[in-house]
Formats: sequence, C-alpha cells, structure tokens
Amino acid sequence: MDEPKPASVIASATAEPPPEPLPPPETQPGDIARERPPARALQWRSKVEALVIPCGAIAVALVLFGIFVWTQGANPFAVFASIYKAAFASTRSFENTLVRAAPIMLCALGTAIPLRLGMVVIGNEGALVMGGLMATAAGLLVVEAPALVVQLTMAGAGMVAGGTWLLIVGALKHYRGVNETISSLLMNFIGIALLNQAVNSWMKDPSSLNKPSSFPIPEEKMLTPLGTTDVHWGIVFGVVFCIVAYILIHKTTFGFQIRTIGANIRAAQLAGLAVGKVTLVTCFIAGAAPGLAGMVEVAAVHGVANESLNVWYGNAGILVAFLARQNALACIVVSVMLGGLLASGGILQRSHQLPDATILVFQGIVFLCILYSESLYGKFSIFQEKKS
Amino acid sequence: MRSDTRHSTPPELELVKVTKRFGSFTANEDVSFKVEPGTFHALLGENGAGKSTIVKCIMGYHAADDGDIIVAGASRDIRSPYDACKLGIGMVYQHFTVVPAMTVAENLILARPDLPLFINWKKEYSRLREFLETAPFQVPLEAQISELAAGQKQKVEILKQLYLNSQILILDEPTSVLTPQEADEVLGMMRRMVDDKKLSVLIITHKFREVTTYCDEITILRKGKLAGAGKVKDLTTSEMASMMMGEQRKGKTIQKAELKPGATVLELRDVRANRDNGIEGVCGVSLSVRAGEIVGIAGISGNGQRELVEVLDGQRPATGGEVRVAGEPFHMTRAEISKHQIYVLPEEPLRNACAPLMSVAENIALRTFDRPPLAIAGTLLSDSRVRANGRQWIERFNVKTPGPDAAIGTLSGGNVQRAVLARELGPGTAKALVAANPCFGLDFAAVDFIHSQLLAARNNGVAVLLVCEDLDELLALSDRVVVMNGGKLVYEAPVAEANIREIGERMAG
Repeated sequence: MDEPKPASVIASATAEPPPEPLPPPETQPGDIARERPPARALQWRSKVEALVIPCGAIAVALVLFGIFVWTQGANPFAVFASIYKAAFASTRSFENTLVRAAPIMLCALGTAIPLRLGMVVIGNEGALVMGGLMATAAGLLVVEAPALVVQLTMAGAGMVAGGTWLLIVGALKHYRGVNETISSLLMNFIGIALLNQAVNSWMKDPSSLNKPSSFPIPEEKMLTPLGTTDVHWGIVFGVVFCIVAYILIHKTTFGFQIRTIGANIRAAQLAGLAVGKVTLVTCFIAGAAPGLAGMVEVAAVHGVANESLNVWYGNAGILVAFLARQNALACIVVSVMLGGLLASGGILQRSHQLPDATILVFQGIVFLCILYSESLYGKFSIFQEKKS
Repeated sequence: MRSDTRHSTPPELELVKVTKRFGSFTANEDVSFKVEPGTFHALLGENGAGKSTIVKCIMGYHAADDGDIIVAGASRDIRSPYDACKLGIGMVYQHFTVVPAMTVAENLILARPDLPLFINWKKEYSRLREFLETAPFQVPLEAQISELAAGQKQKVEILKQLYLNSQILILDEPTSVLTPQEADEVLGMMRRMVDDKKLSVLIITHKFREVTTYCDEITILRKGKLAGAGKVKDLTTSEMASMMMGEQRKGKTIQKAELKPGATVLELRDVRANRDNGIEGVCGVSLSVRAGEIVGIAGISGNGQRELVEVLDGQRPATGGEVRVAGEPFHMTRAEISKHQIYVLPEEPLRNACAPLMSVAENIALRTFDRPPLAIAGTLLSDSRVRANGRQWIERFNVKTPGPDAAIGTLSGGNVQRAVLARELGPGTAKALVAANPCFGLDFAAVDFIHSQLLAARNNGVAVLLVCEDLDELLALSDRVVVMNGGKLVYEAPVAEANIREIGERMAG
C-alpha cells in the first residue's frame, strides 16, 4: 500500500485557475425591472396536472356516491339531476346557493391561509361562532347608531373575535409547540359552548323560548340584500376577502415570508424572518375570515345569535380549502359548488326519500377522494416536464 | 446468521458491459470491472459520472438495461436490495438510513431480513453484545439515533452491514461526514477485515488520500463510461485526477495572499446552547473573527460545532452568552443581518438554507425580497423582478437548472450549493460569513469553486468563520485554527504555527 499523502489532497485535487472573484453586480434596479418575464412553457404540464387530478377525484367521488344512492334504492342519475336543479338550474336556486357559499368561502380561508404556513388549522367553526357572538354583542351595544355604523362595528367585532380565536391557536403552536390541528379542533367545542352559555344567560332574550337566542338586531340595521335578489352582502365580503388573501400570499413580501416559513422553517430562521410574528399575524388574518362569516350570518340571515350559527359551514370550509389546494381564488369557485350541494340537501329528501344527511355522505366521499388524490401528484409521467 | 449460504472468503463480483438508461439519458454505458475477493476497490468519478447509478444496479434498485452482474461465478438477476443481501452484498449509503426515533440496538435488529414476528429482546441483545465485542468500534446500544452525531450514525450504518454478515460492502462516500481520525479509524478497520479476507469493499469516494492509503484497485468513471482502471500503486493521484476530469490537470496548492487582518467583526462571548435533547452542547465559547481572516473550527462531529453554527444562523436559541457584531449585540434578526451583512453557508443547504418546493429564483431572493428592487414600496413583491434577479445569479454562478421557476429541490447538490452561494456571497456586500462544511459531498469542480469564493471573500475583508470536518481542507483555508471539543474551544493557534499532532490530540480529547 502506498504511504498516506496527507495535506496534498487539496493540492492535487484542484483544477485549473480558480474562477475570478465575482465583481459586485453592475445591473441597477432599473435593469431588473425592465427585463420581461420569460416564456413559461416549461410549467404548463404541472398546471394541467393541478386541474386534472382534482377533477378526476371528483369524478371518482361522483361514481362512489352514485353507487351509494343506488344501494339506497334511488336512481343515481335522477339524484344528480336533482342536485344540479336545486343548486344551479334556476335564478332562485342559484341565489340560495350563493347565500350558502358566502360563509363557506370565508371559512375556507380560515384553513387555507394557515396551510401556507404549514399549519393544518380546522378551527373555523369556533371562529365563526365567536365572530357571530361578538358581532351581535357589539351590534347591540351601538344599536341606536345609524345602520352603517352598526354594521361596521359588527364586522369589526366579528373579525377581531374570530382572529383572536385562531391567534390563540397560533400562539399555542409557536410558544408551546401545541399541535395546531388538535387545539383548533378542541377550540371549536369551547367556542360553541361559550355561544350556548351566552345565549342562555347574559345575552338571552327572554322572549326566545324554544331556541334560546340573543336580543335581535333590529331589521332596519341588518345587511340588506343585493338589489332585488335574495343574495346578501356576505358574498361580496367573501369574494373580496378571497382576492385580498390571494394578493397577500402571492404578491406581497409578507406573503413571501408566509410561504417561506411554510416551505422550510429552518431556511426562514436563517434569513432572520420573524417566524413568531408572522405566525401570529397570519393566524389572526385567517381567523378574521370565519369571524366575518359569523357576523354575516347574524347580520344578514338570522338577526340573532343562537345555535343556528353552528351549521357545519366551518367544516365545509376545511373541505373547500383542501379541494382548492390552498389557493384563495380557487376557494371562491369551490365554495359556490359546495354551497350548491348544501342547498340541494332538502330535495333529496323530498324527491328521492333519502335522508338530509345524504349530502354529508357525498361531502365526506369528496373529501376522502381529494385527500387521496393529493398523493397522485407527480405519479403520472405525462405530467412531468420533459428534460431539456 | 445465515452463514450456511456463505463462503468463507467473500465472493467475486464482476460487472460485464453494464448499461443503464433513464429515458433518453444514458447513465452508464458498457461499464465493466471486477472486485476480486478480499480487495479494497475504489470507484472514482465526478458528481454525475454514474457511480451511484452503477452501485444501485448492483444493489437491485435499478435493473440494468444491458450487461451482466456476476457474483461468485454466476450471472445474477438482482431485483431488490433483499436479493443483494442474500448474495452477501450490503451497502452503506451516503445519506443515513437509520431510523432516528429508534435506538441503536433496535436499528441493528430491524435490519435483519429474517426478523421473527415476535422478538425475543433478551436473546437479540445478548447476540448484539456478542457481536459488538468483536466489532471494530463501539456505539452505545441504548442511545437513540437522533442523539448521535453524524460520525456515530455512520458507524451504526457500517455496524449494521457487518451485523448482517455482508461480505461485499459497498460504501457510498462513507467518510464525507467523518473527521479524518474517524475516517482513518473506520477505513483502517475495513482494511484489516479486507486483509483478513473477510470482506471485499467497493468504495465511492472523492478523496484521493483515502484511495492511496486504503485501496488496492481503482475504477474510474467519467460521464457514465469507464475512464480508467488499475492498481492503485501503479497510478499517481494526478493521473487519477486526469482520468476523472478528462484532461490533464496540474496539482495546485491553495494560494493565499498575505493579509493583515483588520478590526474584529464577529465576537462570541461565552456562548452557550443546548442540543436537541436539552443537554448543553455549546459550553461557553468565546472567539473573535477579524476582517480579512478565516478562523477555522476543527473538531470531531458532535462536539457542539453544529449547535454553534445554528446559534449563529438563528436556528437555535442561545441559552447564555452574547454574540456581538462590529461591537453591537447581535440577535440574528433580519434587520441586524441586513445592517451588519452577516451571511451563512450552512451544511446540508437544501435542509438549512432553502425552501425545496419554492423556485430557484425565490430561494435566491430570500435575503433581498423585502428591499428594492424586488419589493415595491416595501410591501408588494414583483414576480418578474424576482425571476430576473434569479436569472442573473443563475448565470453568474453557473447554476444548472431548467429555469428560474424550477423548484430548487429538483437540483443536484452542487447546484443547490451554488445557488445558495450566489445568494449569500454574490452581492459582495458580506462583512462576515459563517460556513459549515460547505464542500460536503460536492465534486472537485464545485469544491474548487467554493474554496476560491471563500478565499476571495477573505481577501475582500470578510470575516470568515469556517467549521469543517475535513482537517486538510480546514488547514489549507484558515488563517487561524481553533479546536472544539466537548462544546468548548480547547486549542487556538495561527495556522502557520499550528501543530497538527496536537490538533489531533485535542480533537480526540
């Protein structure tokens, strides 16, 4: 064996003249700004993939649900036709769909935004009822003021309440390492319990006997419908909130921080990003959306805070966030689809003798199919970018 | 274990004209070589030369498109690592394959292919202890893998293969995470087992020192093809290098300009930090780095270097002491980093410095996204500027990527490191740089590039703190060397006066 040759390793291994130290960049800000975006031909396959896979998952879910209703003695095709008719076929049914889509949309953001941070938060239901409760309380405090003031106060209170609700989840996660999914799930029960407690005690309107409720917001102070339709302002809030969330995440430096932390927290720490602050602010913004949904439900639909606030919109929002792959704009479209689905629950009972809850079975099947389809990304060679 | 199927000497392994294609890309073409029983065989080549692919064919991860793999005189159809194991072939991978949440003993037992449904732990443990008595090095059986340093994990990997009674052992850059002493210990032990004809070793390495010290024969690949082969004693390192690189390259020492260091930039005062398991890993480190000097921290892995670097790059809270930059307290906030221009080249850049699923351009923008020109009015982020900025650095640092929009996780290790280097050193404004094993696992060209970048930074007056487990590299680059042992600095000397023997002794404790 040869003698060891220590210390000569680098000497013998290195190549020809070392690359010159690089000069500092000469380009100025303006140069960068003038450069045009490149052709993005490279990316189209993954875009198609992002469309085909969820659509395929929904198709599979339709088939499975069809089999399910068939076993229950109904004609699957007639059921699908009824769902479509009840959800989208007439102006009236579409308005009904939009009324349901509004809170779902807002609730979806409660899950979709923290997902960007890598947090699976499912506390929309709790944030919604807390938002509704606090909006009612605040609205009743200023009930003598003009309608606009009452509504703005309610919206502000709802968003702060919902935001604070999920802020607690974020703080537990950041400071104490508490699993955010579990804590937000349990906070739902606390929120609902607080609502029930409030409307049974200090907020209770003595005249509400069968269904304990808060004192009502006067009719003239409530959110009005849009034009001559049945659709209320909630849908506008929802769409605007989704657009703002999209811009925040994709087009701002704050959103870049959110995405970086979600993608690799170690890289974010290395870059000196304030992980705690970003986490808390993001959770607050995320909670404000379902909080606003609670306000909308009170100010546009029920007029009071009571247990009707808790009708699974929060959970539908979780489904939407995953279906939309955390994309806030896609949340709008998916919420409308799901709103239609929920709106059609009654018709299944009336026309096909299927229980109301059948539609929840459909929701569950869709959710499972979507979650499963997440595992299929990158598995089909047709969607892989060709190597140049 | 299943010694009934074993020969007393290792079987012969021969590859005949093995070809492996991935689509239109040919990773290996007509590669033939033979590992004689009881020899130490080196497989050399640059990154991307097809070394890993060829050994994966041997291990049954890939099926060769063409050619034969002959073990003990018969052509074998190896379809899985399990098949390879049955033939007595085992592999130690570049990246660890031990389960972090389990103990050493559990990992060793887990590796047995004939694991019964119910495990008689008492029996397994006594068998393990018996095995460890004859083993060349010791690892605490009860320790959880996640608490072990890289060097110890590597030892567990090798012990695992020995425990499985592998007779042909394939090592994929086994020493890249080890100190020279550890590497010598591990390879020396392998060498002795080879001399006793208990083992054949096929080692993939980048280090000529290991080739010349331990190997009998060598096979060199270049661009997937056989570029040379022979007995190690017949070849000089420069001949090997030229076969590898495809052209005659002259040996060159790293040239450092004489430079008088300037003012103190980075100052550590009694810094303390805990390991992941809550035990103090950095036990009061005081050190200063001046402008225009490279201070190298030598030490066996697991002596607190990783924790120290993580304190400096903001990934680990200090439990005591103080870090000062240019005389001011430094808490690794973004504002302070930006003000003092402190940059970091951490080890495992994909894990520590990049968001793998985000684009190359976005990763390059990580330091500057919130400042003009990338940010508009401090809040809006311009996609097109991020992309243009990315493209500029991709070109300048020669990062090989399909485009600025490709996810950085899809790039090869060397190119990820180049992208990080572009981000950290490209703008040329750094005042201090902390680098941890920056050349780990990279090929010669990339190593060379990084060395020259580090020296260029030093020559430009950057204060460089270099943590490196490759002592030769450390001594070649540093102006001053300190040794870290047990979380403390135990030796300090200008590199010209450094006593290598003493460094080794201090590293060992």
